[in-house]
Amino acid sequence: MESLNYLLPLVWFAILALFLFMYVMLDGFDLGVGILSLTSSSEERRSVLMTSLSNVWDANATWLILMGGSLFGSFPLAYSTILNALYIPIMIMILGLVVRTVSFEFRENSRRKLFWNLAFGIGSFVATLGQGFALAGVIEGIHVDASGHFIGSTWDWFNWRSVVVALTLIQGYVLIGSCYLIMKTTGSLQETHYKTAKIAAITTLIGAIAITTVTPIFSIFARNRLFDKPFIYVFSAIPILGVILVILLLRSLAKKREVTPFIYTILIFLLTFVGLALVVFPYIIPPSVTIFDAAASPSSLVFMLTFIGFLIPIMLFYNVYNYFVFRGKITGN
Amino acid sequence: MDFLSDTLILSRMQFAFTAIFHMLWPVLTTGMAIYLVIVEGLWLKTKNPDYYHHARFWSKLYVLNFGIGVASGSPMAFQFGTNWAPFSESVGDFFGSVLGFEATMAFMLEAGFLGIMLFGWQRVNPTIHYIATICVAVGANLSTFWILTANSWLQTPAGGDFVDGKFIVKDYFAAIANPFMLKSVSHMFLATLETSLFVIGGISAWYILKKRHQAFFAKSFKIVLAVAIAITPLQIFVGHLSAEQVYHHQPTKLAAMEAQWETIPAGEKADWSLLAFPDEKTENNKWEITIPNAFPYILEFKSRLSEPVLGLKEWTPENRPRMVGLIYYSFRLMSGIAFVLVGVMLVSAIQWLRGKLSEENIIQQKWLMISWMWCAPLGYLAVESGWIVRCVGRQPWTVYGEIRTADAVSNLPAGDVLTSLTIFICLYTVLFFSALYFGSRIIAKGPKFDLPLPGDDKDLPVEVDSAQHIPDSRPI
Ligand code: HDD
Ligand code: HEM
Ligand code: HEM
Repeated sequence: MESLNYLLPLVWFAILALFLFMYVMLDGFDLGVGILSLTSSSEERRSVLMTSLSNVWDANATWLILMGGSLFGSFPLAYSTILNALYIPIMIMILGLVVRTVSFEFRENSRRKLFWNLAFGIGSFVATLGQGFALAGVIEGIHVDASGHFIGSTWDWFNWRSVVVALTLIQGYVLIGSCYLIMKTTGSLQETHYKTAKIAAITTLIGAIAITTVTPIFSIFARNRLFDKPFIYVFSAIPILGVILVILLLRSLAKKREVTPFIYTILIFLLTFVGLALVVFPYIIPPSVTIFDAAASPSSLVFMLTFIGFLIPIMLFYNVYNYFVFRGKITGN
Repeated sequence: MDFLSDTLILSRMQFAFTAIFHMLWPVLTTGMAIYLVIVEGLWLKTKNPDYYHHARFWSKLYVLNFGIGVASGSPMAFQFGTNWAPFSESVGDFFGSVLGFEATMAFMLEAGFLGIMLFGWQRVNPTIHYIATICVAVGANLSTFWILTANSWLQTPAGGDFVDGKFIVKDYFAAIANPFMLKSVSHMFLATLETSLFVIGGISAWYILKKRHQAFFAKSFKIVLAVAIAITPLQIFVGHLSAEQVYHHQPTKLAAMEAQWETIPAGEKADWSLLAFPDEKTENNKWEITIPNAFPYILEFKSRLSEPVLGLKEWTPENRPRMVGLIYYSFRLMSGIAFVLVGVMLVSAIQWLRGKLSEENIIQQKWLMISWMWCAPLGYLAVESGWIVRCVGRQPWTVYGEIRTADAVSNLPAGDVLTSLTIFICLYTVLFFSALYFGSRIIAKGPKFDLPLPGDDKDLPVEVDSAQHIPDSRPI
C-alpha cells in the first residue's frame, strides 16, 4: 500500500508530462505558424500557412484540455492553487486561444481575410505570451500557506525573468512552426522558412542560455536543486547536449534537409522539458508542495488510470493516423 | 454598483455568462452530428448524390459551430481552477476525474476524427470516412454524457462523504450513477437533438419558401420531421421525469420553479400556477393565474400529492434560491416551447400523411414553412432557460446541500475578475454577431452541387503518395 501511494502520483506526474509535452510540441507549431503568419507578405502565402493547419489544429489544441482535465482529477490541489495564483496569465492565454481558434473558422468564410489573419496571428502571439508567463510563474514558485492554498498576490508571476521566458517560448514556437512549414511547403515559401528557422534557432538558444544562467541566481529553490549531488551531473549534461543539438539543427538547415530539422527541434524541446521537470520534481507547486501532497486519493488515481490509461495508446494511434492521412506537401494554386 | 467590488458576484456572473455563451454552440454540434451520420448512411446505402451533398452542405455550419464551441469551451475548463479554487480542491477527486474522462474519451475522439470527416472525402475510402463521421458523433454525445454526469453530481452528490470539506469517494460507480444522472443526460441529449432538428428544418423551410432547390431541401425536411415525430413528445415526458426528480431531491429548487411560498402537505389537492408575479420582499405572489387542482397531476399524474411540496418560506432567505421570478419564468418558457414544437410537429405530420409534403406540393405549405423558420431559435431558448432553472435553482449551493457558492469562490481581487469579465463580454458579443453573419452567409450561398463525388474522378486516387491539398480548398 505504501509503495502504491508512492507510485501512483509518479505515474500521474509522468502522464501529465506526456500530455503537456504533446501539447507544447503539437500546438506549439500551430501557434508558431500563427505567429509567423503575421510576417507573411501575401494572401496566397498566408492561405498556404492556414491550410497546413486546417485538419490538425483542433486535435492539437485538445491536448491542453486533456492536460487540464487530468491535472484537475489527479492533483486537485495543484490545479486549484496554480490556476488561482496564475489567474492573469491563464486568462491571457485563454483569450488568445479563443481569438486564435475563432479567427481560423471565420477566415474560411470571410471575404476580408486579412483582418481575420491578423486576429489569428495576434491571438497566437498572445496565447503564447500567456503560456510563457504561466510557465515562468510555476518555475519561480508560488506562495502558499501550510495547507497549500495560494496566499500571494495576483502579480507575483510578473518580472523581467518571466518576460524573458515568454519571449523565448515565442522563439521556440516560431522555430518549431518554421520546421513544420519546411516539411509542408515547397519553393520560395520553404526557402523563407529555412531562414526563419535559422534565426529562431539562434534566438531560442540565446534565450535558453539567459534563463539557465539567471534562474539559479534568482531562485534559491532552483539553486539548491541544481547543485544537489546526483543532479549536478545531469544538469551539466543538459546544456551541453542542448548546444550540440542546436548545432546539428543549424547544419541540417544549411543542408536544406526537410524532416531532420523538425526532429532536432523536437529533441531540443524534449531536452528542455526533461530539464524543467527535473528542476521541479518532486514538487508540483514549487517550492513547497510535492506531488504526494497534492495527489488525489489513491483510489481516484487508480480509477482514472484504468479509464484514461488504456485510452492513451488509442488516442496516440488515431492522432498518428490523422497525420498519416494528410501527409505530404501543400501546393499553391 | 456594489457588485463591481464583490468577487463572488463577479465570478458567478463570469461563469454564468461564459457557460450560457458556450452552450449555444455544442447544441448544434452534438445534435447535428447525428443528422450527419444519418445522411451519410443514406448516401452509402442509396448512392443518391443528394445525400452526399447534404452531408457536405450541413457540415459547413457544423464546423463554424464547432470552432466557436471549442474556443468557448476552453475557458470553461480552466475556470473551475481560476475562479472556484476551493470548490475544485474539495471535489477534485471525483469531479476532476470526470472532466478528465470527458477530455480523453469525448473531446479527443471528436477532434481526432473531425479532420478526416471534413477534408478526408477524397483521401480515405467511404467506409473509413463513415467511421470517422460516427466517431465524431459518438465523441460529441459522450461529452454530453460526461459533462451532465458531472453536473448531476453537483445536484445530487452521491457515492461518498464530505470529510472536513473534502469529498472522499467510496464508490465511483454510485457517484457516476447519481440520482439525477440518467434522466438529466437523456433530457440534455434530446434537447441538443431537438434543437438541431428544428434548426435544420427551419433552414430547409427557408430554402423551400425561397424556391431554391426545393426538391433537395424537401429531403432534409422530411428526415428532420421523421426524427422529430419520435422525439418531441418523448422530450416532454423526459422533462416531466426531470421535474419529478427535482421534486424528490431538491425541494428548494422545486419551490422556486413553482413560486410556491407556502407548504402544501402530502395528500392534498393543489392548484398549479400558470403565471404569477413572485415578490421576494413580501414573500408572496403579487398576482397569479392558477389552474385548479392541476399540480399533483403535473408532478406525478396523481390527484393528490404523495409528498409535501415545501414552500420557500420553510427556509430563511440565505438558504433558498434568489431570483425566483427568473427561475419560475425560465421553467415556463422551456415547457411552453416544448409544447409549441410538438404542435408544429403534429401539424406537419398530418400534412405529410395527406401527401402535401411531396417535392411538388411542399412549396404550397407556406404557413407551415414560415412556422418552422420561427421555430429554429426556440430550441436554443429552451436549452438556455433549462440551464438557468438547473444552475440558478441550485443556489445558494454549488454542490447541493454540501458546498455553498460563497465558500466555493477563489480569493481573487475583484478588479481581476471584473477585467476578465468585461473582456469576455466584449469579445463574445463580437463573436456572436460574427457567427450570425457568417452563418447566414453560408446559408445564403447554399449548397455546392459541383463538388466531386468520392471515388468518381479517377484523377484523384484514394491513396496518393505525396498527397496534395490546395490552399483554401476546405471544399465543404
Ligand atoms: C451538450 C453538451 C455540453 C455541455 C452541457 C457543455 N459542453 Fe463543452 N463542449 C461540448 C458539449 C457540452 C461539445 C459538443 O463536446 C464541444 C463543442 C465543440 C467541441 O469540440 O466539443 C464542447 C467543447 C468544450 C471544450 C473544448 C474541447 C476541445 O478542445 O475539444 C471544453 C473544455 C468544454 N466544452 C468544457 C465544458 C464545461 C466545463 C462545461 C460546463 C460548464 C461544458 N463544456 C458544457
Ligand atoms: C414540458 C416539457 C419540459 C419539461 C417539463 C422540462 C423540465 C425540466 C426540468 C424540471 C429541468 C431542471 C432539471 C434540474 O434542475 O435538475 C430541465 C432542465 C433542462 N431542460 Fe427541460 N423540460 C421540458 C422541455 C425542454 C425542451 C423542449 C428543451 C430543449 C430543447 C429542454 C432543455 C433543457 C435543458 C438543456 C436543461 C438543463 C439540463 C438538464 O437538466 O438536462 N427542456 N427541464
Ligand atoms: C454541465 C456542466 C456544468 C457544470 C459542471 C456547471 C457548474 C457550475 C458551477 C461550478 C457554477 C458556479 C458556482 C455556482 O454559482 O454555484 C455554475 C453557475 C452557473 N451556471 Fe452552471 N454548470 C454547467 C453548465 C451550465 C450551462 C450549460 C449553463 C447555461 C447555459 C449554466 C448556467 C449557469 C449559471 C446561470 C450559473 C450562475 C448561477 C448563479 O450564480 O446564480 N451552467 N455552474
